[in-house]
Amino acid sequence: MEALQRVFGKNAAYYLIGPAAIWLAVFFLFPMLSLLTTSLSDPATGSPINGYTLTWRVQNYVEALGDYWPYMMRSLLYAGIATILCLVLGYVLAYAIAFKAGRWKTVMLVLVIAPFFTSFLVRTLSWKLILADNGFIVNTLQTLHILGEDGRLLATPFAVIMGLTYNFLPFTILPLYTSLEKIDPKLNEAAADLYASPFQRFTKVIWPLSLPGVVGGTLLTFIPATGDYINASLLGSPNTQMVGNKIQQLFTTAGDYPHAAALSVILMVIIVGMVLVYVRRAGTEELL
Amino acid sequence: MTRLGSWIGKHLMLTLGILVLLYMYIPNFIVALMSFNDSSESRNLYQFQSFTWDNWLNPCAPQGMCESLRVSISIGLLATLGATIIGTLAAFALVRHRFEGRSTMNLVLFLPMATPEIVMGSSLLALFVAAGFGGQLGFWTILIAHIMFCISFVVVTVRSRLAGLDSNLEKAASDLYANEWQTFWRITFPLVFPGILSAALLAFSLSFDDFIITNLNSGTTVTFPMFVWGAAQRGVPMQVNVIGTLMFLVALAIVIGGEVANRRRAKGRAAAL
Repeated sequence: MEALQRVFGKNAAYYLIGPAAIWLAVFFLFPMLSLLTTSLSDPATGSPINGYTLTWRVQNYVEALGDYWPYMMRSLLYAGIATILCLVLGYVLAYAIAFKAGRWKTVMLVLVIAPFFTSFLVRTLSWKLILADNGFIVNTLQTLHILGEDGRLLATPFAVIMGLTYNFLPFTILPLYTSLEKIDPKLNEAAADLYASPFQRFTKVIWPLSLPGVVGGTLLTFIPATGDYINASLLGSPNTQMVGNKIQQLFTTAGDYPHAAALSVILMVIIVGMVLVYVRRAGTEELL
Repeated sequence: MTRLGSWIGKHLMLTLGILVLLYMYIPNFIVALMSFNDSSESRNLYQFQSFTWDNWLNPCAPQGMCESLRVSISIGLLATLGATIIGTLAAFALVRHRFEGRSTMNLVLFLPMATPEIVMGSSLLALFVAAGFGGQLGFWTILIAHIMFCISFVVVTVRSRLAGLDSNLEKAASDLYANEWQTFWRITFPLVFPGILSAALLAFSLSFDDFIITNLNSGTTVTFPMFVWGAAQRGVPMQVNVIGTLMFLVALAIVIGGEVANRRRAKGRAAAL
């Protein structure tokens, strides 16, 4: 790197970071500002083609929240449940890969990432087939009387939450694995030598040391799950729509950008608020 | 059976882990199965009717599907190229340099990963509209968006590889009278390259698979996920499953090929010593 330093002088770092900084400033930070001004514009005087003028119409927020708060609550609830399920399932698999897989470690890790490459829309659609009304699972559950005669799985909150859990599971597993992998197995053995039960070893040694992965994994799951509308659209019904569905509809079919933008900002504020509480505990560097 | 039973008891966590892994593969299995489904007899597209090779022999039969695939692949390749270059440079700056604004830059790189796609997509749309490009949404606006959300993931991947690099190797090279450029191209770059490669693979899969941001900024351009989305309203053609299975196999081949090459290289190095 000294070579670069010689060519560019002391500013080498800025030439390297420059393209990323500019790209993200123009196409990420600036759009966020644009979203903010759109959310404070009068929907009546502008249009999606000609743009909007800023009129400080705070009313948009009141209206967006008044009309769509049930969708917001549903999003947080579904994403919350899915995140907890992901944490349980993901922890089991990450633990197995980190401590029990032996020489199959790399293979299992590749297998976690591999399903990603079949387009996630295609995979989500296949759940529609698995959970179908006359499908194997529904029939079995009906025979066992767990599900009523005309009970169904598709188009229920169950299907949406299951879809979210399935789609975001790898996002939980990878950070969990990274932090579990760093734990020295000797610590566990030392605890065992000191007569700690398997349960105590887990709660006193493994779990505390894996917390950075837990925080990172749950964030990477909860954030995209809250804004998701694919699972709710494909596997749910009009009664299971999430806030993402509404934002998307307002932007595309309704063409009501100010209210859509206000709803986006509200979602972002809620999520950033929740993330900040987490980041205080773990530190950003740890999360990346 | 008893041997299997005792193995399961002994390896409870591993067994549970494998069960979770199997759960993750249910949809892939269904997609592969449905790629052989003959749907010409019935309109019920969510049930297996009868076996056929037709979907695999005529993958481009559904109108517009292969065009959308071409669009997705071109955007994916260009976005990967752009994001990998921009992101790798940034990773070098963050690991090898201490400069003013470094922690701000870390935060700015983290934010896109912490922002829901619907917010990112809609804010970009708001910008394009505000700048007067509302009527010109398409290939280029999608590409801009994809490079934007891929950069952070490239930086994270390359940075972790770079941070784990043993700097003694570079010192040894300069002790042996290699100049800075030689050290960089013969020591540093080859060592970081696997990280850059996996970052590129990640960027391509993120771009190829993106729907939410793309859908908002695409105008009339149709990518493969958008084709699937559009088709899902009427009934997905079975050929979509062929493409899904094919992508999975190609990616698996790349990853396994890379791993085999890695091991062979390591073996060769060990033999040379």
